[in-house]
Amino acid sequence: MLRTPFYHKLVALGGRMVDFAGYELPVQFEGAGVIAEHNAVRQKAGLFDVSHMGEIWLRGKDAFNTIQNLVTNDITTLKEGGVRYSLLPNENGGVKDDILIYRVGAEEYLIVVNAANMQKDADWIESHLLGNTQFENASAKTSQLALQGPASLQIIREFISETDIPSKYYTFTSTLLENEKILISRTGYTGEDGFELYCANPFAERLFDILMEHGSKYGMIPAGLGARDTLRLEAAMPLYGHEMNEETLCHELGLDFAIKMNKANFIGKKALEENQAQFKRLGIKMIDRGIAREHCPIFDTAGNPIGHVTSGTHCPTLGHAVGMIRVTKDFNDSTLLVEVRNRKLRAEVIPLPFYKRNK
Amino acid sequence: MERKFLKTHEWYCEKCNKIGISDYAQHELGDIVYVELPSVGDPVEAGKAFGNVESVKGVSEVFSPVSGTVAEVNTDLESQPELINQAPYDAWMIKVTPSAPAEGLLSEEEYQKLIAK
Repeated sequence: MLRTPFYHKLVALGGRMVDFAGYELPVQFEGAGVIAEHNAVRQKAGLFDVSHMGEIWLRGKDAFNTIQNLVTNDITTLKEGGVRYSLLPNENGGVKDDILIYRVGAEEYLIVVNAANMQKDADWIESHLLGNTQFENASAKTSQLALQGPASLQIIREFISETDIPSKYYTFTSTLLENEKILISRTGYTGEDGFELYCANPFAERLFDILMEHGSKYGMIPAGLGARDTLRLEAAMPLYGHEMNEETLCHELGLDFAIKMNKANFIGKKALEENQAQFKRLGIKMIDRGIAREHCPIFDTAGNPIGHVTSGTHCPTLGHAVGMIRVTKDFNDSTLLVEVRNRKLRAEVIPLPFYKRNK
Repeated sequence: MERKFLKTHEWYCEKCNKIGISDYAQHELGDIVYVELPSVGDPVEAGKAFGNVESVKGVSEVFSPVSGTVAEVNTDLESQPELINQAPYDAWMIKVTPSAPAEGLLSEEEYQKLIAK
């Protein structure tokens, strides 16, 4: 099993370690727990080790063209210092991964991928390099921490000068901290304001200490994978392997903002033009008592099977159980049935996201 | 209150016939957010599941230490499932009328040894 550079610090803080995509990572911390960690991120701040994510660099005159050919989004309008969310499709229009693209310069890009897909994505990207493009998989030597929550800006101001803090959501800066290079990205996976900080492994423990020292003054606590999942579910952010996989067509996810069909060409575009979406992603709230969990079958009120739950649990901020579901495209009713342990429970369709922060 | 235990982490009070889950179990599960219990009059069977507890992270079945019928259900747990985390030995789930004495349960000492492993 792999360990991130933060392993010993997380264990010392009471992290209950579990296997996640081959890494030993904390699911929650002693003395806190999923709900307390979730609430800390919504009200103050939480610190997550997300070093398991993969980092792939593409450099050179044709790096831009390589990316344009690989992704559903259009990076023509992506400026230096900008971050863009995209799907990485396969040839059939299915989802290989969902990724973030950072434009460091006209000839330098960082692609951040999911841990479970890192090797698959790296192999895929490396085998589709166009012209003059240099590939570097920096995943094993890069550490990443996510500082998330409304106090994040105050915390980062404690040790980063204002001009080096990315001022807008989905932008980033590259700067020096104690003479070490770090990349600060105003992004996250919780539905709150926050930053994702990247550094080289040798600086990781020091960066963690700096964040803990300043963060604790604002009520920041370390948070685990459990809270990360409830936070992203409330914010209706899809998770690879749950809402999507290689068999899910890119346009079945309600992520059309990240699919630019008018772009000249990209891998999977033809398949997406030829194949209509068969399913769609919806949100539900339970009417009957009970919790809809992943894989629970879904029926319309007439009893016909129409799909399944892709993610679902009790959500701390909402105070009730919600789920994201994958159902047939032509389903348009406002209520449905979820099968939970052989009982059919009523649920209502509600708009996504379930939670939206006040800006 | 003298309690005995199942290997699956349920406690049973032979004097009061109440059943719940152990402190170790609630700690392992984490924040409990939903409890599914049987109805009064339902049969329960020793070693068989009679209900479920759900944490944010997942679902666990709860097994009966004894055979009999459900005499009472702790309905407080419907609205306050977190009582199990706060005081697992007060937050009983069901009270049963046993049809036969419970067999093969672990003493407190034996249970503590089991979870220390």
